[in-house]
Amino acid sequence: MAKFTDHLGRPVVAVTGIGIVTSLGVGKKDNWDALTSGKSGIHPITRFPTDCLNTRISGTVDFLDSSSKGATALTYELAETAAREAIGEANLPSTDFGGPLFLAAPPVELDWADRFKLYTAGHDGPVTARVLEVARGLNSEDIFETTQFGTIADRLSDEFGATGMPITLSTACASGATAIQLGVEAIRRGEADRAISIGADGSVTAEALIRFSLLSALSTQNDFPEKASKPFSRDRDGFVIAEGAAALVLESLESALARGARVLGILRGCGERADDFHRTRSKPDGSPAIAAVRAALSDAGLSESQIGYVNAHGTSTPENDKMEHLSLSTVFGENIRNIPVSSNKSMIGHTLSAAGAVEAAFSLLTMREGIIPPTINYDNPDPAIELDVVPNVKRSADVSSVLSNSFGFGGQNACLVLTREPV
Amino acid sequence: MSSTDVLITGIGLVSSLGEGIDAHWQKLTADKIEPVIDAERFQPYVVHPLPAIDWGLQIPKRGDQRQMETWQRLGTYAAGLALDDAGLKTEEALCSTMDMVVAAGGGERDEAVDAAILEASASREDRAVLLNEKLTTELRPTLFLAQLSNLLAGNISIVHKVTGSSRTFMGEEGAGVAAIETAAARIRSGQASHVLVGGAFQTEHYDMLLGYELAGYLHRAPWKSVWQREGSEGGGVVSGSGGAFLVLESREHAEKRGRKAYAQLGAIYSGRARRGKEDLPAAISALAAKTGVPEGKPMLGISGVSGAHAATRAEKKAFDAMPDVALRGFSNLTGHLKEAQFPFAVALAALAVRNDQPYPAFDGQNEKPFEGQTSDVLATTIGYHQFEGMARILAAD
Repeated sequence: MAKFTDHLGRPVVAVTGIGIVTSLGVGKKDNWDALTSGKSGIHPITRFPTDCLNTRISGTVDFLDSSSKGATALTYELAETAAREAIGEANLPSTDFGGPLFLAAPPVELDWADRFKLYTAGHDGPVTARVLEVARGLNSEDIFETTQFGTIADRLSDEFGATGMPITLSTACASGATAIQLGVEAIRRGEADRAISIGADGSVTAEALIRFSLLSALSTQNDFPEKASKPFSRDRDGFVIAEGAAALVLESLESALARGARVLGILRGCGERADDFHRTRSKPDGSPAIAAVRAALSDAGLSESQIGYVNAHGTSTPENDKMEHLSLSTVFGENIRNIPVSSNKSMIGHTLSAAGAVEAAFSLLTMREGIIPPTINYDNPDPAIELDVVPNVKRSADVSSVLSNSFGFGGQNACLVLTREPV
Repeated sequence: MSSTDVLITGIGLVSSLGEGIDAHWQKLTADKIEPVIDAERFQPYVVHPLPAIDWGLQIPKRGDQRQMETWQRLGTYAAGLALDDAGLKTEEALCSTMDMVVAAGGGERDEAVDAAILEASASREDRAVLLNEKLTTELRPTLFLAQLSNLLAGNISIVHKVTGSSRTFMGEEGAGVAAIETAAARIRSGQASHVLVGGAFQTEHYDMLLGYELAGYLHRAPWKSVWQREGSEGGGVVSGSGGAFLVLESREHAEKRGRKAYAQLGAIYSGRARRGKEDLPAAISALAAKTGVPEGKPMLGISGVSGAHAATRAEKKAFDAMPDVALRGFSNLTGHLKEAQFPFAVALAALAVRNDQPYPAFDGQNEKPFEGQTSDVLATTIGYHQFEGMARILAAD
């Protein structure tokens, strides 16, 4: 009989449903096929003109109905699509999910298209007052709702019949992992038998891109888009901004087995730690990231030697990859050379608020399928980063435990430990 | 009593009334208090503006201040007040293990750049190209960091060294409710021992007003009591700038370091009434029942009522049917503080519990006198558009 509690006497949290959308496609199958073939989803930007922009490539999701309808509409559709797949796989009712919902989503802002519309509809007076005057005569909540931070999760809760007030959160590029952590904690506290955690990000607009660009965070290797994201390579020069979503149905193992659900993996541990060094840079000694990895291992009740694969944050920025290497080699010591460490972002780019969830989903597939997706574009290794990055080609491997890292602006560090079996 | 009871051991408040718990307590319990309002700058709207603040008192480094706009400064400042108040400001080891949940919206945009783009758009067909031209050349590179929702928490980590964990919840008033609810649940279950929780809102910016006014939520001058805006021009909300942070601690943790608490957090519940489909007054009554509003015993209620017509009407109707509860709508004096609204309500309730004294009616025509005990005070926030929350704040021992 399976043991329903973990090393600390808490309910074991199983994953019973997974949904994924990235620039590689909709659904687990298309994504996994592309990811394991080393296919890149990075392409020239067509959503908006790229005049004056230093970066003209991205991993936007251009094939959904809402792809050109603004960040709120697209983020919603991405989240909804991933959640529908996950809930379907978990074989739970699609309109009566019956558990809380945690959504990692980008901060919302009034879309420029709407700003122009409001301005044009006005007559005279100072710009700001003129826009406000038009706004109060709108008589419609359509634009308003795109500016409310709680709207997307509220609509998702309606759509799927989630219970209670949903939580929308942001821990920058660690958001997806935090959404999962919130779900795990709720189940461990016994508040719910199941929860749905979603990370979704459809916020690639010209302004979003320019903002990251002004911080020198983005790759400018525009000529060969599919080659631009090259984590751990010597000539990496920034991340590639991208979109996507993933959803996990989390369930206490006991409740999952009681209803005969198929267990896809175990969310075994979560760890986090904030960095107080700088708004965008990590503490040079890597101590917060190191502490987050150790906290996740300790929460999972596993030692360093029990991790079979690391799904890296691996953004392809000079700073992140160096720091991630430092923290991994500090925690795992010499043995890090023997642990495969690959970056999904080499193919899908950096899906920002969704990344932690998307990469947790791929980590689960890695264990289930026995295949480690490669780090592509690894043609020019950074000699300072000695890691087995699973270069360029997928690898068959019996992986029973994964560490998935997420680090973000604002000193956010969140790590997840996932295992194939409950143990 | 349990070792995992959730105690409130530190409070940091800023609003148009001033800063700190003493200033707020004195003003809010005075016989007569006039709201601090600014009806000039954002005509036809009225706002409750920030008081003069010496940022350096809580954010000593100029460089840190420069990296933030007012919203982040305000939140970082209020968080510092709470840490100070809890005696944690200089306890680096305790801050390094302290968890944090911040309720946040977004930061201030560059109004001048936005205005220049809109003005130029009048004579340009290629607006998307115009955007690229202007944004790439005129945006201050680090402004993005002053706008990101999670960077209020990020700045608190940097300035106050709170690094156990850092989570930012978004979603207007609901974010503030969820932040406290989650922090409390983590403490009760042993997942956390001490948590900094709260939020801030800086309304003195056109975009922040626009966030309400896109659905016509703002009340227009002249100012009126929050309970009396129905029938006036506009949607009923008068917003304010302010922030509220709390230090929540397990009883065991607080006792170990010899701290006396203001109060303890009792039952706390969030709600998501399907407004428009569901009867909001009934949902509010149900939430109050779940939170355990006692019958036949007078109870003070600190209300984060927004003034928004439908939500305010519903709250009034629900509480009119609970004659034992005497509400105090503090937005009358602070304005609506959005994400900080519920933390502010909980903080004011905790002060009433600690001082064993109620607040007088803030609107004598619409709020009942109260002469009962304040060892069990209700804090409520009914979101102006969505989400609800209630908590009971009880004597600590």
